[in-house]
Amino acid sequence: MLDFAAMTLYVSPVLLGGVMKIHEYQAKALLREAGVSCPEGHAATSLAGMEALDGKLADGVWVVKAQVHAGGRGKGIAYRDGTEVGRGVQVKRSPGEALAAAKSLLGATLVTVQTGKKGKRIGRVLIERGVEIATELYLAFIVDRDNSRVALIGSSEGGTEIEEVARKSPEKIHTVGIDPLVGLKEYHARDMAIRLGIPVGSLPGFVSLATKLYGVFASKDCSLAEVNPLVITKSGAVIALDAKLGFDDNGLFRHPEVVALRDLDEEEPSEVEAADAKLNYIKLDGDIGCLVNGAGLAMATMDAVKECGGEPANFLDVGGTATADNVALSFRIMLRDKVKGIFVNVFGGIVRCDVVAQGLVEALSKVKLDIPLVVRLAGNRKDEAVAILAGSGLPIITADDMKDGAEKIVRACGGTR
Amino acid sequence: MSILLDKETRVVVQGITGGAGQFHTPLMLKYGTAVVAGVTPGKGGQTSLGVPIFETVRDSCVKAGANTSIIFVPPRFAADSILEAADAGVRLVVCITEGIPVLDMARVKTYLARKGTALVGPNTPGIMAPGFKCKVGIMPDMIFSPGRIGVISRSGTLTYEAVDQLTRLGLGQSTCLGIGGDPVVGFTFVELLERFQADPDTDGVVMIGEIGGQAEEAAARFVKEHMTKPVAAFIAGKTAPPGRRMGHAGAIISGGKGTAADKIAALEAAGIKVAKTPADIGQAMLEALGR
Repeated sequence: MLDFAAMTLYVSPVLLGGVMKIHEYQAKALLREAGVSCPEGHAATSLAGMEALDGKLADGVWVVKAQVHAGGRGKGIAYRDGTEVGRGVQVKRSPGEALAAAKSLLGATLVTVQTGKKGKRIGRVLIERGVEIATELYLAFIVDRDNSRVALIGSSEGGTEIEEVARKSPEKIHTVGIDPLVGLKEYHARDMAIRLGIPVGSLPGFVSLATKLYGVFASKDCSLAEVNPLVITKSGAVIALDAKLGFDDNGLFRHPEVVALRDLDEEEPSEVEAADAKLNYIKLDGDIGCLVNGAGLAMATMDAVKECGGEPANFLDVGGTATADNVALSFRIMLRDKVKGIFVNVFGGIVRCDVVAQGLVEALSKVKLDIPLVVRLAGNRKDEAVAILAGSGLPIITADDMKDGAEKIVRACGGTR
Repeated sequence: MSILLDKETRVVVQGITGGAGQFHTPLMLKYGTAVVAGVTPGKGGQTSLGVPIFETVRDSCVKAGANTSIIFVPPRFAADSILEAADAGVRLVVCITEGIPVLDMARVKTYLARKGTALVGPNTPGIMAPGFKCKVGIMPDMIFSPGRIGVISRSGTLTYEAVDQLTRLGLGQSTCLGIGGDPVVGFTFVELLERFQADPDTDGVVMIGEIGGQAEEAAARFVKEHMTKPVAAFIAGKTAPPGRRMGHAGAIISGGKGTAADKIAALEAAGIKVAKTPADIGQAMLEALGR
C-alpha cells in the first residue's frame, strides 16, 4: 500500500527530473575537500578492507555506520538470515569492537522507517572517530522552488528527523532566503547562528562551515546539502557529524566526478535499465503496469487506476516517442517486475497514434504477453490506430477514454482489491 | 484575442537548425504563426525553412522585428539562451527545453525579474491562441478550437487530454499554455489567472496542477480573493510514490504541505470545481460555467 500521509512537498523530484544520491562517506569526502571539518573516518566495502584497518585505528570510541541510501539508520535494525545483528549506527569503545561490529553489518540487511520492510543490503560501512558532543544542530541548503531562490534552513533540534520537527514544532525551523545571483554572504550565516543561539566562541566556525557547505551546494549543482547533526564539540569546534548530498540530475553533465560516485547497488535494476533507454520508470508496489506518454498523464493514469480500485505497479513515461523498441523494452521491464496486466495510455499529439499502434504491434511480435493488455489511444489519427490494432488479430482490449481503460484493466486483472 | 500572444507577435526561434527547431518551426508556420527569424551561432546570413538566420537574438530583433522568442536549444546552453533573449529586449520568452539545471533556472528567473522579461517554461509545450492561429510551442493544433476558455497546466499530454475534452464539449479556447514541469519556472498559476481574469475574451479557466510545491494553493487563494470567472481544476499525482521524496527539508518551508489531498482541499475551499478523474476535466468546466 502507498502511504499517502507520508507524502511531502518534495514527493515528486523524480517526476520533475531526478535527484542522484550518494553515501554519507562520499558526501563527507566532498565536504572535506571544501574544507569542512568532519570526524576522521574510514569506509570499507569488503571484509578484506576491514581487516586492512586492523591496527590502524587509534584507541578510543569509534562509531560504526551502515552506508545505505536511506534515513533513520540509527534506529534501524540490521538482519542477517532473519537474525538481528544490531542497529545501523553503533557506538563502540574500542577499535576491535568497532571492527567486529562493522564486519557483522557488512552484507546484512538494514530495515529503517525509510527502507520499507524489504530493507536495504549493507554493502559499505563507515567507521568514524567518536566525538564529544555539546550541541546538536540542523543545517541545510535546498532549492526553494516556490520562491526561485536557495533557502538556508537551520534548527536547534539537530540529530532527529527534521520532518518530525517541522510537524511538531515548526517554530524551531528557521529559514534564510538567499538570492541565487548573490550567493551566501557571511551575514546570512551570522543571522542563522544568532537564531540558533550559537555561542560567540563557535560563531566563526559556524559561519565558515555554512559558507563552505554553500560552496559545495552551488558548485556541484546540489538540490540538497544537509548536515544533521551539525555538532559543536565540548571544545567549541564546529563539525559535520553526518552529511547528505543530493544532486540535481539535470546538472550532472558538468560533474563527472559526482557521477563516478553513483552506487548502482542502491538502485532498482529495472529503473537503471529504463533510465539508460531514456524511459522515466519508477517501480511501485501494485500489480497493474502503466505505459504512458508524458509525466502528467502518467501520474493521472496511475490515479485513474487507483480510482477504479486497482494498484499501479509503476510510473512509466515513455516520453515523446513511443517507438516499437521503447514499448518492447517497457513491456519486458514490467513483465520482469511481475505485473498482472498492462494499461497503455497514449495521447497522440505530435506523436501520431497510428505510429504508436504500429509500434505496439511490432513490440508484441518481440515480447510474448500472456497477461491482459488494455490500450487507449486518443488524439492525432486515433481511428487509423484503432483499425491497426483491430486488424492485428492480437488479444488487445481497446478503451475509449482513460476512465474506461482503467476500469477495463482493473476488471481484467481480477477486479478491485 | 489572447493573453500573452497577439497579432503583433513576431517569433524568433533560438536553435532553429537543431532537430526540434527543424521539426516544429514548419508546424508553427503552417498554423499561422509569424516566425520571422531563427538564431544559430555560426549560421547567420543563411536561411532555413524560408526563415532568415541571425547570429544573435539582438540582430533578429533589430533586423527582423522579432519580439517573442521560442527556445529549442539543448539544456546545457538553454539558460544562456534565455538570458540572451532577455538582454536583446524581447518581451516574451517561451523555453521548450527540458532538463535545465535547477540552479541555472533560479539564477535566470532572478535576473529576468529585474529585466521585466516574461518567461513561459522551461519544460513547457508552449502557448496556443486558436482564435487568431498563433502557436508558440509544440502543441498538436488539430485538437484546439477557438473559443472563450483559458487553459493553464504544469503538464503536456495531460493538457492535450483536457483540451480535447473541451473541444468535444463545444468549449473552444482563448489561450492554452503550459507553465512548465520544472521546479523553477517563469509564469506561475497566479500571474496567469490574473491575466485571464482581466482578459475580456476569456469566460472561464481550466487549471491542471500536480503534487509538489505550493503553486496550486497560492492559485486557490487568488481565485477566492480576486476571481469572478469560474475555474475548474484537476490535480495529478494522488498515487505518486511517497518513498521517492528526497529533500526532507523541502517540506519544511511550506510546513509539510503540497500533497494532492492538500491541493484539492484548498481548491475546493476556494469554490473551484475539481475533476475527480482526468476524464472529467471538460465536464467540470461545463459545470463550473453553470451549463
